[in-house]
Amino acid sequence: MSPLAGFLIVAALLFSIGLAGALTRRNAILVLIGIELMLNAANLNLIAFWRYGPHPEALTGMMFAIFSIAVAAAEAAVGLGLVIQIHRHAHTTDIDAMNRMKG
Amino acid sequence: MSFVFYILATLTLAGALAAVMLKNTVHCALALTVAFAGLALLFLNLDAQFAGFAQILVYIGAVAILVVFAILLTKGSETPKDGVFSRTWLAGLAIAAAVFAVLGWAVLNSAWALPHETAVPEVTVKQIGDALVGRYVLPLEIVAVLLTAAMIGAVIVAMHEKERTK
Amino acid sequence: MSTTLFTVTADQFFVLLQHWVVSFLPGSWQPVAATVVSSAAIVLLFPILFALTTVFERKGLARIQNRLGPNRVGPFGILQPMADGIKSLTKEDIVPTTADAAVHFLAPVLLVVAVFMGFAVLPMGRNMVLVDMDAGLLFYFAMGASTELSVFMAGWSSRNKYSLLGAMRAVAQMISYEVPLLLSAVTVVMITGSLSLTKIVAAQDQYSYGLPHWYIFTPWGFAAFVLYAISTTAETNRSPFDLPEGESELVAGYHTEYSGFKFALFFLAEYVAMFSISGLGTTLFLGGWSAPFAFLSWVPSWIWFFSKLMMSIFVFIWLRGTLPRLRQDQLMNFAWKFVLPLCLLNLLVAALWRFMGDGWLRWVVCSAILVLAYVGMGLIGMRSKRLGPRSYRYAE
Repeated sequence: MSPLAGFLIVAALLFSIGLAGALTRRNAILVLIGIELMLNAANLNLIAFWRYGPHPEALTGMMFAIFSIAVAAAEAAVGLGLVIQIHRHAHTTDIDAMNRMKG
Repeated sequence: MSFVFYILATLTLAGALAAVMLKNTVHCALALTVAFAGLALLFLNLDAQFAGFAQILVYIGAVAILVVFAILLTKGSETPKDGVFSRTWLAGLAIAAAVFAVLGWAVLNSAWALPHETAVPEVTVKQIGDALVGRYVLPLEIVAVLLTAAMIGAVIVAMHEKERTK
Repeated sequence: MSTTLFTVTADQFFVLLQHWVVSFLPGSWQPVAATVVSSAAIVLLFPILFALTTVFERKGLARIQNRLGPNRVGPFGILQPMADGIKSLTKEDIVPTTADAAVHFLAPVLLVVAVFMGFAVLPMGRNMVLVDMDAGLLFYFAMGASTELSVFMAGWSSRNKYSLLGAMRAVAQMISYEVPLLLSAVTVVMITGSLSLTKIVAAQDQYSYGLPHWYIFTPWGFAAFVLYAISTTAETNRSPFDLPEGESELVAGYHTEYSGFKFALFFLAEYVAMFSISGLGTTLFLGGWSAPFAFLSWVPSWIWFFSKLMMSIFVFIWLRGTLPRLRQDQLMNFAWKFVLPLCLLNLLVAALWRFMGDGWLRWVVCSAILVLAYVGMGLIGMRSKRLGPRSYRYAE
């Protein structure tokens, strides 16, 4: 098995662990943690393909990963701000309890 | 593959598993930090030094601290009485397993077509800088606008509303 | 500039010593052994400097406050660190029963590791850098960002309101001042054109009319140095920004529940962080290991680096003894509303400097912009405060 396949398997595993966390946990913050893990798995995929791909000097994979890191940080900030505001309103972060549109 | 890769992969996956399975939310956030550190080391293993250090600086230095602050501000460190896993946890686990099965099958089936060893790319920070203001100047500007909007938006979303006087 | 054999040997003394030690090992082990020897030297040297600095600080603070410092243990109290060391090693290690034991144990360990990693990229003399990385400055700041998380871990795991409050304040302060710290360093990077610390020092190692090309002697460099100094004082939680560990306020902040060796580790980490960040400041602004005048180049380069480092530490101690502590909201306002806009303006001024070309005009224009901005922002900030006339009280 080539090194690239190893990195891709690790990224796939990381992605599914993040997905499992986002789908099975009750706390809204843990859903966001799962999302961050999924984004990181995608970054690992990008960098692995950049390294072992045909034209690493074009820097495409690395640039994509760097922009992805920046966007993920922005999304984490907004998402966590939303969770804090929801907690202030509903006094809970349990997403199973927030199953009605009425506030 | 090399011994170092196995150690780093184990560290990252262990951190990720702990991050989604532990009961105490702050422990989950700290395990997430371990996963981020493992990923940064994997990037360094792939000769992407800039991406690795940017990962440490942004994810461990900012996103992990954001997560931890959010946990503290929402009293997340108290364990809920109904358990930490949702009622539909089995469906979520099944979906995640199915996704991994598909991705793993795709990788293993195409393993014969993947390149084995290529030369280490010589990437200097100067090349990254030139690329950022040369070929990738449009994404750079858009990300700048996005970060400004996200910052202003996060402040507005999380701001205390004015108290309504009766 | 004399290049006699003696001066070159003195300058490269530690490099030659390292090569001699490593030469006893077989060829394939030599690069690893060289790194191990250098790392061991750093890990041994800076704690010894830390011990000397604790005495230096206590005596210095004492004299500023018109009293004697420790003077019982050894001549002039020089052996005080030995007494302190024995005390902290033999004190009972108390962990509160409700504390999170694993996190409580790991926090000081991670802090010390992250702080020592920063030394890997500092050029302490000619050819004396542990790892010459192309993105050295980015590595340094990445390690600095890792220290914030361990501060939080220490505060949260103690299950103590004082610790948690101190940790939250410390983390908020550190992330607020991280931005001006990076921006003032980015100004230097912009002018030098490289993130590599060895190249930054090499760019300052030139002399014209006998005066050095250190960045602190340019208008933007001086402003960047002042902003960097303010940010480093806040990053290392030193007075006047030491509310998170304010001894008269918060018991001891985030290290309230630590005793014995773990407290000594926090103390060590704080001082070694001071050394590390002063080392970076000398590299970026004060010319690193280069001599102040061309005719003084015969003095070994590592002596210049460490003297500049100790001068910066002396300024830290001086600030601690002189200035009163800032309140948390005052220091956060200061960071976001004064220091950050000045940093951004400084970036603009540095770019102006670069593109104006050589000559007296760029000195005048850049200095004028910076002075006007500083005075203007100060006046705007003072407009809303109603202050009475200044009063003086003298010690009778």
